[in-house]
Amino acid sequence: MADTAVGAKTESGSDPSRRDFIYIAAITAAAGGAAALAWPFIDQMNPSADTLALASTEFDLTKVADGQQVTLKWRGKPLFVRNRTSAEIQKAVADDGASMKDPQKDADRVKPGKAQWLVLIGSCTHLGCVPTFGGGDYGGWFCPCHGSHYDTSGRIRKGPAPLNLAVPEYEFLSDTKVKIG
Amino acid sequence: MLRKLSVIAAVAGLMAAFAAAPALAAGHPLEPEKIHWSFNGPFGKFDQAQLQRGYKVYREVCSACHSMKLVSFRNLGDKGGPFYNEKYPNSNDNPWVKAIAKEFEVGDIDSETGDAIKRPATSADRFPSPFPNEAAARASNGGAFPPDMSLLAKARTGGPDYIHAIVTGYKNPPAGLKVGPGQHYNPYMPGDLAAYWSGDHAHVPPGGFIAMAPPLTEGGVTYDDGTKATVDQQARDVSAFLMWAAEPKLEERKQTGFAVMIYLILFAGLLYASYRKVWKNESH
Amino acid sequence: MSGHSTYQPKTGFERWLDARLPIVRLGYDSFVDYPTPRNLNYWWTFGGILSLCLASQLITGIILVMHYTPSADHAFASVEHIMRDVNYGWLIRYMHANGASMFFIAVYVHMLRGLYYGSYKAPREVLWILGCVIYLLMMATAFMGYVLPWGQMSFHGAVVITNLFGALPIVGPSITTWLWGGFAVDNATLNRFFSLHYLLPFMIAGVVILHIWALHVVGQNNPTGVEPKSKADTLPFTPYATVKDGFAMSVFLILFATFVFYLPNALGHADNYVEANPLVTPSHIVPEWYFLPFYAILRAVPDKLMGVLAMFGAIACLFALPWLDTSKVRSMRYRPTAKLYFIIFVVACCILGLCGAKLPDDPVLGHFKTFTLGDADLNSFVWLSRFASLYYFAFFLVILPVLGLVEKTLPVPDSIASPALSHPAAAPAEATAAPEMKG
Repeated sequence: MADTAVGAKTESGSDPSRRDFIYIAAITAAAGGAAALAWPFIDQMNPSADTLALASTEFDLTKVADGQQVTLKWRGKPLFVRNRTSAEIQKAVADDGASMKDPQKDADRVKPGKAQWLVLIGSCTHLGCVPTFGGGDYGGWFCPCHGSHYDTSGRIRKGPAPLNLAVPEYEFLSDTKVKIG
Repeated sequence: MLRKLSVIAAVAGLMAAFAAAPALAAGHPLEPEKIHWSFNGPFGKFDQAQLQRGYKVYREVCSACHSMKLVSFRNLGDKGGPFYNEKYPNSNDNPWVKAIAKEFEVGDIDSETGDAIKRPATSADRFPSPFPNEAAARASNGGAFPPDMSLLAKARTGGPDYIHAIVTGYKNPPAGLKVGPGQHYNPYMPGDLAAYWSGDHAHVPPGGFIAMAPPLTEGGVTYDDGTKATVDQQARDVSAFLMWAAEPKLEERKQTGFAVMIYLILFAGLLYASYRKVWKNESH
Repeated sequence: MSGHSTYQPKTGFERWLDARLPIVRLGYDSFVDYPTPRNLNYWWTFGGILSLCLASQLITGIILVMHYTPSADHAFASVEHIMRDVNYGWLIRYMHANGASMFFIAVYVHMLRGLYYGSYKAPREVLWILGCVIYLLMMATAFMGYVLPWGQMSFHGAVVITNLFGALPIVGPSITTWLWGGFAVDNATLNRFFSLHYLLPFMIAGVVILHIWALHVVGQNNPTGVEPKSKADTLPFTPYATVKDGFAMSVFLILFATFVFYLPNALGHADNYVEANPLVTPSHIVPEWYFLPFYAILRAVPDKLMGVLAMFGAIACLFALPWLDTSKVRSMRYRPTAKLYFIIFVVACCILGLCGAKLPDDPVLGHFKTFTLGDADLNSFVWLSRFASLYYFAFFLVILPVLGLVEKTLPVPDSIASPALSHPAAAPAEATAAPEMKG
């Protein structure tokens, strides 16, 4: 289409500004139409309505005993729901002042008054492996892939991972029920 | 010359259309009444109040036997759906949808024990089917299989007009027609009654047998909006609801279509003007 | 590809690239500077429209595959998943389903145009045959694509078409079993049809490239059927043909959009919204509209094998056409008798299409008493389709070979440029678009 205007220059006769306007308008309309059509073709790869509908999940906390952890699948990834012991909480709070890659207070990683419940996305912030609990140097999680050490608050303390284990958006519907997502 | 050809082709097409009409001789079902639906035409939209009434008819009457397994509860709160509310663009948060879902129980697996359990449905679940499988459905319905309703309005020629005609169109069988047990005569049902007809063979009654008994009764449901629940009203409402269930994106489609049409007409006009300019000084 | 190239690289990069991979030169010679007969009418825009259709089908098809599940258990539900849950899935699927019909509308116009203007005659035989190959591939692709939603029509259509091969003597049953990958149309059949439905469009694209190559070797035919003799007879492809093709495409898109947005299921069949059930056949099984004429020919013949042979013969006639037509004059514009038979041929094809959609024994004219011949009811669609089929074959096998030897033709102009200027009555349809030229 771009050549239309080139070919037109050889013409003689009519008013050039009006002629050019029509060509430019036609080319612009074609480009605009193509761009508008491209959007559905791109957007179809975004999560579909049924995938989004499953993106939030409710979980009954009574299933997790003291000092235990349950792993659920949420948005295709593992989700750790940990019922922390008071020792674990104390250890995490005591380390609040330690030097960290991604400094964050333990209190900012749990809901107020619910310090025992730690909800984390179980995907190492390095390259997405699933860390295991109870390994590593800080009593928390240890990622076997490339050796990242997380503490009992899920904060990165040692190894290649750049960030703390992510805390998803969640809320307490009651004392024993959380809605994640 | 080719213009003449196109005229001839068009005439042939029209003849084809006319030839189709009188083909409905004896034995064929009656033509369903054409109803003026709110969703007809290029600017058609679903009537939300009608969809809500239709949902009630589906829930209280149809769903006892008919599944609607491709529709999820959340769809009820989608744009254009019966319980859509602007305050809840995400239909999963819609309180009406949540309340409706809670009324149903769906099968699941207990994540700890692995047992098959029943739990209240959530908005993400699909409508549970009244029977676990086709054989069970047939066993409970005298051997007939109540069709799934998710696509019924698109899966029958005539669509919602046909559904309305079937549920309102039951007639007493004419004398000379032998109706089997568990069968009902309906002049709108496709079929061939010649084998059951003892009268004049040139006048076989139109329609066929249907296993479903007349499902709707006068005042069989009580509408929340005070609309009088006549059989015709219920039939219209449930047909509209089923059209929505079959084609939930109808409004979005027609609205997008309008914008696309405007664009294409303008674009064609611009290209035509360009064409005239380019060819201005060339003979052809 | 024909003649010398007039491409002049303008920038340093273009010169650099041209010395290594002259792809810009190829594009320039093929789609910019390519000499086009100046008298092409709108019937010649369908080649461009068909490229648009192919591109649209490829893009929407590749997208649909991202969401479709080729399995007898999940195919139907996955199509509904596309319609209900995938973002703009309804748009993409309706574009693909109606796009197939648009593709066939355009290809039939393109073929009839070639037939009318004698575009299959020497030296364009290979060009025509490549077109016939594309048409065959299109039919195979469309048929297998229609099976994929796994509705009632998909399933039973697949049963009927695959059983056609069972008519062949000796090898028939083995071929059908081989096609099915089992003892009936089932999951294995669906999966292989899916695979081939994905493959064939790329083969179509390949043959389209050969088709365009052949076109650019022999040059375009034109409404007079007289080869261009001088520069005065042609115009450069760009901007003259591109802008005209573009305008025709935009009008065609309006038709396409009308179906996609307002009549998305008008060309389909309600039964295909019922999931496939091998135990129940729909009461009235018909193929998609674009196959109806061939389906009518199949049913017109009472014998199974002969019916199948007649149907394939109808397509074979197209391949043999360059050698069946004996006329020295290319365009039917100068063959008044042939033109008349051509019009009847188009009507016969429409009638065959109508017959294919009807039940064979239904009366054609419901209000009239039936005409009988022996025990045959002549007022039935099966008899109408017999007459129309007879004409279809007679047109190719008798009329065109004989007519070319005996007909009286009108004088053919010396060159393209002369009649277009001196003889306005002979100007094609688009002359009305430029009324100021007539004076």
